[in-house]
Order: sequence, then C-alpha cells, then structure tokens
Amino acid sequence: MKHLLLFVTAFCLLTACTNQTNDKLPILGEREPVEKIVDGKTVVDTIYQTVQPFAYLNQDSIIITDKDFDNKIYITDFFFTSCNTICPVMHRNMLEVYKKYKDNPNVKILSHSIDIKYDLPSRLKNYASRLGVESNKWAFVLGSRDSIFNVAAKNYLVAAYEDDADPQGLVHQGWFVLVDTKKQLRGAYDGTNEDQVKQMMLDMEKLLKEENLDEK
Amino acid sequence: MRNKLLYTCAFLFSVMIIFQACSNELELNYQRYFVNGKGLYEKNCQNCHGPNGEGLGKLYPPLTDTLFLSKSKSALACIIKNGIGEKITASTPRSDNAMPGNAALANIDIAQIIVYITNSFGNKQGFYDQEQVADDLKGCD
Repeated sequence: MKHLLLFVTAFCLLTACTNQTNDKLPILGEREPVEKIVDGKTVVDTIYQTVQPFAYLNQDSIIITDKDFDNKIYITDFFFTSCNTICPVMHRNMLEVYKKYKDNPNVKILSHSIDIKYDLPSRLKNYASRLGVESNKWAFVLGSRDSIFNVAAKNYLVAAYEDDADPQGLVHQGWFVLVDTKKQLRGAYDGTNEDQVKQMMLDMEKLLKEENLDEK
Repeated sequence: MRNKLLYTCAFLFSVMIIFQACSNELELNYQRYFVNGKGLYEKNCQNCHGPNGEGLGKLYPPLTDTLFLSKSKSALACIIKNGIGEKITASTPRSDNAMPGNAALANIDIAQIIVYITNSFGNKQGFYDQEQVADDLKGCD
C-alpha cells in the first residue's frame, strides 16, 4: 500500500514535469491590454510587441523585407564582419543551427551588420561564403544607421551602438532572438554560450510544432 | 671487489638523480608554459581560432596543420605579435584577410602561446622558450 502511494506520487511528479516541457514558449517584449466588445460582452485581449516592417540589402545586394519571413520562424542577431571579439563565437554556434535547418524551408536566419559604413554587400558576401553559407536561408544584411540602431535593435531588444571608447568603435550584445510567424519575440539566448544555443534549438522544435510547421 | 661494485652503483644512482632533476626542470618549464599558454590562448586567440584550434570555415584558419606550424615555427612569434595580411590603416580601416597583431604581448607570453598551440590540437612539437621568441622577433619584416 505504502509502495503504491509512493509510485502514484512519483508518477504524478513525473507527468508534472513532462507537462511543463510541453508548455508553449513565452512571448517576450512589451504588451498592452485592449478591451474589445465581443457579442455584447467586454473582453480583454493582449497585444504583444511585434517586429516592425523592415527592408535591408542582403549579401546578394537584393532587398529583403519582413515579407520574406512571413510564415517562417527565424533567429536574428547583430554582428559585423571585422569583429574579432564575440562574433566569431556567435557565428561558430549559429553555423550549427544553419547546418541543422539547412533543408527546412520554415526556418531562416537574419544577421544584421552594425558596421554600416564598411559592411557593403560585397563584404557580407565574402564573409558568408567564407563562413560556408551559400543559400539565402541565412541573410546577412546591411541597413541605414537609423534602421539598424534605432529600429532593429529596439525591435529585438538587443543593445547595439557605436562607441568611440571601444577599440573597434562598435558595441553589441550577443543575443540570438527567436521570432515566430506572427513576428513576436519568443526567446533570447546568449549566442556565445553553446549550451544556450542547444536550448534554442530545442525551443525551435517546440515553436515549429506550435506553428504546425514541423511536418514536411 | 664488492666495495667497488657498491661504489659504481652509488655513482650511477647519483648520475641518474642529477639527470632526472635536469629533465624534470625542463618538463616542469614545459608544463608551466603550456598551462599559462592555454590561458593566454583562451583570452587572445580562441574567439577566432576556436576552442579546439578548428578555426571557422575559411574565415579563420585552423591551427591543426602540424606541417605548416613546424615549417613556419620561426615566423609564429612575428605573426602573433604583429599580425599578418593586409595592414589596417586609415585608408583601409577594415580588412578581410588580416589577423590583427597583439603588440601588448611580452616575449614570455608569446612563447607560452606557441608552446600551447604547437602541443595541442594534434600537434606535438615540444618546448619553445622566450629566448627563441626574442631571436625570432628580430627577423620580422
């Protein structure tokens, strides 16, 4: 009898854990409640922060916009090609993600260069091909100062700025931000930390399932 | 006769101890360089060349080419200290194919990094001390 009780408790605990891992990923960023009237009743709905429309030049000198990411989940980060601090570490990790999802059309990667003066498409192309990225699944993009520092960084809640005190003049955080098909932020992971990037890949599976993009 | 044998044994034993002490010191120095070199590598080199010296695609070369390392061993100190490739100047503030120099590193640091690199990642090239670094640096372009 005692054993049975123990067994039941253990079972409950175990299922509790598995239930938790099946939970949806959180939605990050700002949110505001909106009151709507549905069928004569007032209902409170929440509007979550979404990524604003954007247009950048990619490594093939083609303009890519938010439309290219419709119905896809994507990961985004900030870097520059001559950065020799955290960027190589981030992109060594990101390369694993790229390899894993190489043949999955529902996943994309978007890397913003913050070296707006020098990272022209030709340099981005050179960087991409030397990294071993040949498809447009992983876009390396260039934008204006305003669109990168004020819009993109704020959209994704990543700090990136120009700083004369830094030896390379540019400072940015190493977050990988996971964005869903509704352009909501669903996760932020330290791109320089291998374990967190592994966690991100697990979360991407979860998100693909949630979005019903996993079959194919 | 018996005494002579004992003396010989004692003599050989002391020679062995002296020899051991010397090689131990070399071994100890090697260990010291290697351990410090690992720390310096992690701080100065690892971001680009990777934790296992694997490099990153064609962006950053791997450090696993034993033949290259042994052939260009006397150039390694210059590369670490002064960088290699297109120099970064006011007119070319960014360079695609350059490794930045590390002028702040002392000879002993460079020697330790070289010992670590040339004895890790599948390389086994033994000790390299700071006097050799000083010599090699005289030959930099």
